[in-house]
Amino acid sequence: MAAIAEPLAPAPARTSHGYWSGVAMRLTRDPVAMVALAIILAIVLAAIFAPLIAPAEPFRGSMIRRLKPIGFPGYPLGSDELGRDMLTRLIYGGRLSLFIGVTPVLCAFMIGASIGIFAGYLGGWINTLLMRIVDVFFAFPSVLLAIALSGALGAGILNSIVSLTIVFVPQIARVAESVTTQIRSRDYVEAARVSGAGAFTIVRVHVLGNVLGPIFVYATGLISVSMILASGLSFLGLGVKPPEAEWGLMLNTLRTAIYTQPMVAALPGMMIFLTSISFNLFSDGLRSAMEVKQ
Amino acid sequence: MLLYILRRILYVTPVALGVSVICFLLVHLAPGDPLTAVMPIDATAQQQAEMRQAYGFDRPLPVQYGIWLWKVLRGDLGHSIATGRPVLSEVSRAVGNSLILASVATLIGFTFGTFFGFVAGYFRDSPLDKAASALSVFGVSVPHYWLGIVMVIIFSAQLGWLPPTGAGPDGSGNWRPDAEHLRYIILPAVTMSVIPMGIIARTVRALVADILGQEFVQALRAKGLGEWGVFKHVVTNAAPTALAVMGLQLGYLLGGSILIETVFAWPGSGFLLNAAIFQRDLPLLQGTILVLAMFFVMLNLIVDVLQTVLDPRIQRA
Amino acid sequence: MSLSQSGIQDGVAALAADPRDRGGAGTPLLRVRGLIKHFGRKRGLLAKASPVVRAVDGVDFDVAKGETLGIVGESGCGKSTTARLIMQIIAPDLGEILFDGEAVGSVALDLTQFRKQVQMVFQDSYASLNPRLTVEDTVAFGPRVHGLRRRAAIARAHDLLDRVGLEPARFAGRYPHEISGGQRQRVNIARALALEPRLLILDEAVSALDKSVEAQVLNLLLDLKDEFGLTFIFISHDLNVVRFMSDRVMVMYLGKVAEVGPSEAIFSRPRHPYTEALLASMPSMDPDKRTEEAPISGDPPNPINPPAGCRFHTRCKMVATLCAHAEPPPHHVGGGHLAACHLADPRSGHPRLVAA
Repeated sequence: MAAIAEPLAPAPARTSHGYWSGVAMRLTRDPVAMVALAIILAIVLAAIFAPLIAPAEPFRGSMIRRLKPIGFPGYPLGSDELGRDMLTRLIYGGRLSLFIGVTPVLCAFMIGASIGIFAGYLGGWINTLLMRIVDVFFAFPSVLLAIALSGALGAGILNSIVSLTIVFVPQIARVAESVTTQIRSRDYVEAARVSGAGAFTIVRVHVLGNVLGPIFVYATGLISVSMILASGLSFLGLGVKPPEAEWGLMLNTLRTAIYTQPMVAALPGMMIFLTSISFNLFSDGLRSAMEVKQ
Repeated sequence: MLLYILRRILYVTPVALGVSVICFLLVHLAPGDPLTAVMPIDATAQQQAEMRQAYGFDRPLPVQYGIWLWKVLRGDLGHSIATGRPVLSEVSRAVGNSLILASVATLIGFTFGTFFGFVAGYFRDSPLDKAASALSVFGVSVPHYWLGIVMVIIFSAQLGWLPPTGAGPDGSGNWRPDAEHLRYIILPAVTMSVIPMGIIARTVRALVADILGQEFVQALRAKGLGEWGVFKHVVTNAAPTALAVMGLQLGYLLGGSILIETVFAWPGSGFLLNAAIFQRDLPLLQGTILVLAMFFVMLNLIVDVLQTVLDPRIQRA
Repeated sequence: MSLSQSGIQDGVAALAADPRDRGGAGTPLLRVRGLIKHFGRKRGLLAKASPVVRAVDGVDFDVAKGETLGIVGESGCGKSTTARLIMQIIAPDLGEILFDGEAVGSVALDLTQFRKQVQMVFQDSYASLNPRLTVEDTVAFGPRVHGLRRRAAIARAHDLLDRVGLEPARFAGRYPHEISGGQRQRVNIARALALEPRLLILDEAVSALDKSVEAQVLNLLLDLKDEFGLTFIFISHDLNVVRFMSDRVMVMYLGKVAEVGPSEAIFSRPRHPYTEALLASMPSMDPDKRTEEAPISGDPPNPINPPAGCRFHTRCKMVATLCAHAEPPPHHVGGGHLAACHLADPRSGHPRLVAA
């Protein structure tokens, strides 16, 4: 039997590329997403290398140099209500703010995706039971739930991470369940079942690769919300405690300065905003890059 | 139709019960004995035991829940430890203020949001679209409590046009829709409106772009229907979802108002929540969370039913 | 196209020499009796009882070794459900499925063994292949599940790709979105063959392809059938394609078998009014044979409330009172040809028979 070949375009010189390399290619051509990514990387690197790049000590204050304006000699971005250098505090503040913003999303991703994929693949009464429990948490507006949990558990970094994780798990679980249910009924999953593969193998080889992508994109979109909420908790006094440097907490302690040094008082919030919008724009870009139908 | 409503109510009941369980358990999550919050520090062991019995803390948890639930259903949410007043009346008053603020904010957000969303959806990929989209991204990315502070800086501290805090000139606990009180609601409402504006703009843009791209619109145009007619079609098709989103946003604002209310010292449920947390006023905390959560559940139910009524595509046999 | 009688016997004998053969030349490779599957019947709180869909309502047929059985029918007749019941993707409510004389799921033939001998080729939708796996990984998946090591499985995959006409050097590393519909279908076929099955079920396998591509894939299937000694069940709604491919044809209507028999007999001497109507509704290329009157009226009824008596009686040109009351069992009209119609049974008492 001769090979029956259809007329094809001449075989392309480039190697074939899978899904993720296609996504990366499209993403790199999106200017907005790339700028956002650059900003995120800058903030993250600054936070990591804080001790090396910060000009002063984050906890050393000076009573005579309180609330100096931006550009004051020795204090490039001014000083706060206890005389500490703002630039230093902002750089160090990035560490905690990023940490309490990103960690809950990471934890919620792992927990929520597992629950959702499990419920989505198995279906039936397990699915109904799990999703109903998720519904109960959904019945709370996120801010309310976060604050209620934080209020109940008490202030502190660990507690705010725990409460935010609990807030995000149901959201991610729902998305995970929805995507998994769609994929589960695809023909190639049925074909895999027909070849005699067990449930674990099918999930590992066929389901996970197709499901984790959309869930991950959703999770990156949650980071900006998480940062705003986490800093918000500190702003209310429910999160990070003084004298730690954290943007939300700084916003709180500088409130009284809005009449005397408004620009300095507004700086920490500016950082939250910048980080949040960068994550949002990057997440949007990622979603567009992944959505291309082939 | 009625059957569908009944079914939805039936569906919501276990969720509402679940919510009440969580509200009840929250208080017991707190490290340490709930009793320590209500007791004077120098109470003797005898007094502790008496108080424990009086509050019912010595009974097993499910029994405590049952007693609490029974009281709640009869309208008794306990008494605030700080003020001694019944929780229900405190919360009702506060929720009223928050509702006013949230409603005004939602209205502003919905109006501007739909406007921007329509513009963006109609003139897709044009500079207008980019500008409108940028505004909506801004809306969802900005930390609203920071925005509130910035607004206070600009309009209160620097320009002196509007008051920075409070709901009324005498620090009154209530807001009335009269000329005096109008100035007090502007800043908080505008600040609060930014988030729903962003979300609604995004949603409406997607809806409008989607509807305009559908084949039936092309068919309408081919039949000679003018732009105004097409516009009316778009509105009718987009309305159910847009209204649903608006309803949900109202719920989120009501539940999440604590941050803005803290910035502006607005005497609403969020502000009450803040006070309750820091005074460890457990009955008040529990009561406020319960009322707010139930509000949200009811709102979801109403939005769900309304959406079915308005959108004929959702068929219910 | 069908093999000559002696050709069939040679082929069957050859198949019986297959080391996996258990029943001998005389045993049908697949025997289905009384297959029933109903969907629905859920009663939620305050909800109406979901209507029961009687997708497959009592189906009997055999598939001999080495033949191609075509299954035709309109949407909703149950042919796809039948395929999935045979594949054990969904569990039958009632009925018996014997593969080479042994019951599926019994001690003699467990599900894993069965899976290695019966495979399915799906309709080409984009979702028939995992977009994240390369072509060779897709084809190698089945063998790996059954214990073959990766290198050997990939080698087998390359060999199969070659046999279905896709040059391994060019196609093995490709992703589904990089190849055309016809090529994807070849991959589907290669995947099905990877486990070296004896019976292949093709469920609308060529329906989504352009005509020219369809012809190539059909010829490929016929060549593969000879080369590997396969037995086919070929499901389609396209009568021309079924005629081209099948030795025997089974016509289904509303979950039941209307008529079954040798391909030529069915196409030239149909005995069931539904089959006649189906054949008459195939547009002819001959301008002299114009269809002037619609051969069949009404919409295909839905399987939720099938008509009483003979299921086809509401659309049948030859309907009589008898037909609304009594459901005709399949009646043997000679040469392995059965028709479930009162007209086929001389003793049924149908008025038209009495008149003749």
